[in-house]
Amino acid sequence: MQITPELIILGVMLAGLILYVLLGGADYGGGMWDLLAFGPRARRQREAIASAIGPVWEANHVWLILVVVLLFSAFPPASAAIMTALHIPMTLILIGIVLRGAAFVFRKYDAQDDVVHRRWSTIFGIASFLTPFLLGISLGGLASGAIRVEGDVVLSGFVAGWMTPFAIACGLFTQGMFAFLAASYLTLDTREDPALQNDFRLRAIASGASLAPVALAVFWLARYDAPHLFQGLTRPWAPFLLAAVSICAVGALVALYRRKFPMARAAAIAQVTLILLGWAFAQFPYLVPTGLAYQAAASPRPVLSAMVWALAAGSLVLLPSLYYLFRTFKSRDPAGPHIG
Amino acid sequence: MSDFLFARSQMAMSLAFHIIYAAVGMGMPLLMAISEGRYLRTGDRGYLELSKRWAKGTAILFAIGAVSGTVLSFELGLLWPKFMSYAGPVIGMPFSLEGFAFFTEAIFLGIYLYGWNRISPVMHWIAGVIVAASGILSGMFVVTVNAWMNSPAGFRVENGKVVDVDTLAAMLNPASLHQVLHMTFAAYVATGFAVAAIHAFFLLRDRASLFHRRAFGIALAVACISIPLQVLSGDLSAKRVAELQPAKFAAMEGHYRTESGAALVIAGIPNDSTMTTDYALKIPYGLSILAHADPSATVTGLEEIPRDQWPNSLLVHLSFDIMVASGIAMLVLALWGGWRWWRTKKIPEGRWFLRAMVAAGPLGFIGIETGWMVTELGRQPWTIYGIMRTADAVTPMTGLVVPFVSFTLLYIFLSIILVFLLRRTFIENGGRKRSDPPSAMEAPDADHA
Repeated sequence: MQITPELIILGVMLAGLILYVLLGGADYGGGMWDLLAFGPRARRQREAIASAIGPVWEANHVWLILVVVLLFSAFPPASAAIMTALHIPMTLILIGIVLRGAAFVFRKYDAQDDVVHRRWSTIFGIASFLTPFLLGISLGGLASGAIRVEGDVVLSGFVAGWMTPFAIACGLFTQGMFAFLAASYLTLDTREDPALQNDFRLRAIASGASLAPVALAVFWLARYDAPHLFQGLTRPWAPFLLAAVSICAVGALVALYRRKFPMARAAAIAQVTLILLGWAFAQFPYLVPTGLAYQAAASPRPVLSAMVWALAAGSLVLLPSLYYLFRTFKSRDPAGPHIG
Repeated sequence: MSDFLFARSQMAMSLAFHIIYAAVGMGMPLLMAISEGRYLRTGDRGYLELSKRWAKGTAILFAIGAVSGTVLSFELGLLWPKFMSYAGPVIGMPFSLEGFAFFTEAIFLGIYLYGWNRISPVMHWIAGVIVAASGILSGMFVVTVNAWMNSPAGFRVENGKVVDVDTLAAMLNPASLHQVLHMTFAAYVATGFAVAAIHAFFLLRDRASLFHRRAFGIALAVACISIPLQVLSGDLSAKRVAELQPAKFAAMEGHYRTESGAALVIAGIPNDSTMTTDYALKIPYGLSILAHADPSATVTGLEEIPRDQWPNSLLVHLSFDIMVASGIAMLVLALWGGWRWWRTKKIPEGRWFLRAMVAAGPLGFIGIETGWMVTELGRQPWTIYGIMRTADAVTPMTGLVVPFVSFTLLYIFLSIILVFLLRRTFIENGGRKRSDPPSAMEAPDADHA
């Protein structure tokens, strides 16, 4: 297959989505564990989550914007069809994003008494639970193939696809995945406090293990609600991918159990990345299965070539900046010169 | 109300809400960087303290700006799928570049807000400068998209399809320069005057507060330098709009009849049925001079425009006059303050000047909101001027009253909390600083002129 600008941009969008899930997804997961914080260390759990999320979460969130912008610039009819057919869950996602972002920052800067703190925590946590559910439902609805389009006109109405058991299972799976990622990362963010680290270790094991039955349900329901996707998962490469996902999943749980936290995080990242790659390859070449393939939806070639150059130039600024951000806040040794 | 009107209302409300935080996100990093730069040069920790306090308020406002901006990036597609499907290839470039600029802004804001103890003071200041620069860049890219909607360029239409796209020509369309200048200065003007007003308020209560005097000085300097530039860019904008969008210009000026030596119409009520602007103040030859720098120039009136392509002349004209009035009021204040500053060589702190600055606090944002109404309502009924009508761009989705009401309530709720939080942050800060002993360098001065 020849590498075209369409494919490059599609690849960047997929990379952006994977990074959004790995980074932004973990921020949602952090919000879930914030809501579920209990036991003698509840307050410290919340503080660990807030300090892990705080410096990076505005940046993590931009991956989603990048994906949306690339979608409507490079594949306009697909964007129009998706935004029309999934208008309802997308709007709910936006409300979730606004409430979550606002509650997080309000909590940080509002009075530090327990009642006020708890109130913002609750809003932050509930929005952190519901938004990934809706994200999963939307992607599930898209993957289902129930959205019928002709050109950029949607024929299947506003509830097709995303109100199915399959889409709901995708929603639950997304929630579990985000919670699992967050807890895995938090075991490393809390390495100075073994008790707290163990709290997140247990949470990671619980959420990671609970992913398995949900994944089976997604797979089983896909047979009925997302036949195209299911067919995609019966292609020759699929068994290898499923085997790799399973190895990573089991590997992550074993590593967590044996307190090999860096390895657990790596396995969790690999697992989630492979799942998203599997979904993308199963759906390929369709942006809206099965009516709109990426070639048919693409903007004119010169536009796409210009965008590839813009992406390359943008990455030259973006990647070193991101590296600097994560090195500053996530490196093992935060010691450095101090101000103030 | 129809679904179409709800879609327009939701878009207008989302933009009106977001633009405040976008402007603050462009303006505040400059103030913080100036203050921190002064700390680095003088070693005076008061400036460091000031940067940190400003950073707190900025963090809250930036977070709201980021989420309301995310909402807008989706709403373009959710509410106007046909517009995005049509225009996506042409305006994708500035949106993508904006994505990177905003990414940079978010990354370095994170470093700035959380990195006080983690990176060297100079790196920290540089992070602040990057936030300020990428905020401006991000705003510029978005404004070129709006400019393109006003003055579409860089493509041809063939059988209803967009062909021959030249992304650079689309981005550098004829309206880009003046719109970018006018919006960028607007952000500095609005932030400068609003921040100056807050600190002027506390200075009126406590003249001895070094903290508020420094803050007032920096904000006032930004305000005084940016407002004359803003008025000049406004003049450029008016001339360009007269040329590029005669319908918008005629509506702005309440000008119905094409005539040479046209009078400038100030205030009044435009009446579409009699084609006159009643109860207005008229300055002979004013409009011809303003539009074409020539008292005998001919200015196109609304009568030349087909009736079904008229914007809402009442709203556009009144918004325009409010914008101009707020700009001129701020210019007068800046001249007053600048003159006193120049004469006395110190920050003007006269009681009446401070009171006037407090009163002028909202003017910059009033100017932004009404100016935005001029450019958006003035473009109607078009979403892409002369090419696609707004009514043809709307989603087929029905029941749009629900998201409109939900987002309106949500944004009202957020605004109330924000005002409450910012007010408390400032009052706590002010209260704590009031007990500061006046330093040896800056005794409370007796200049109450």
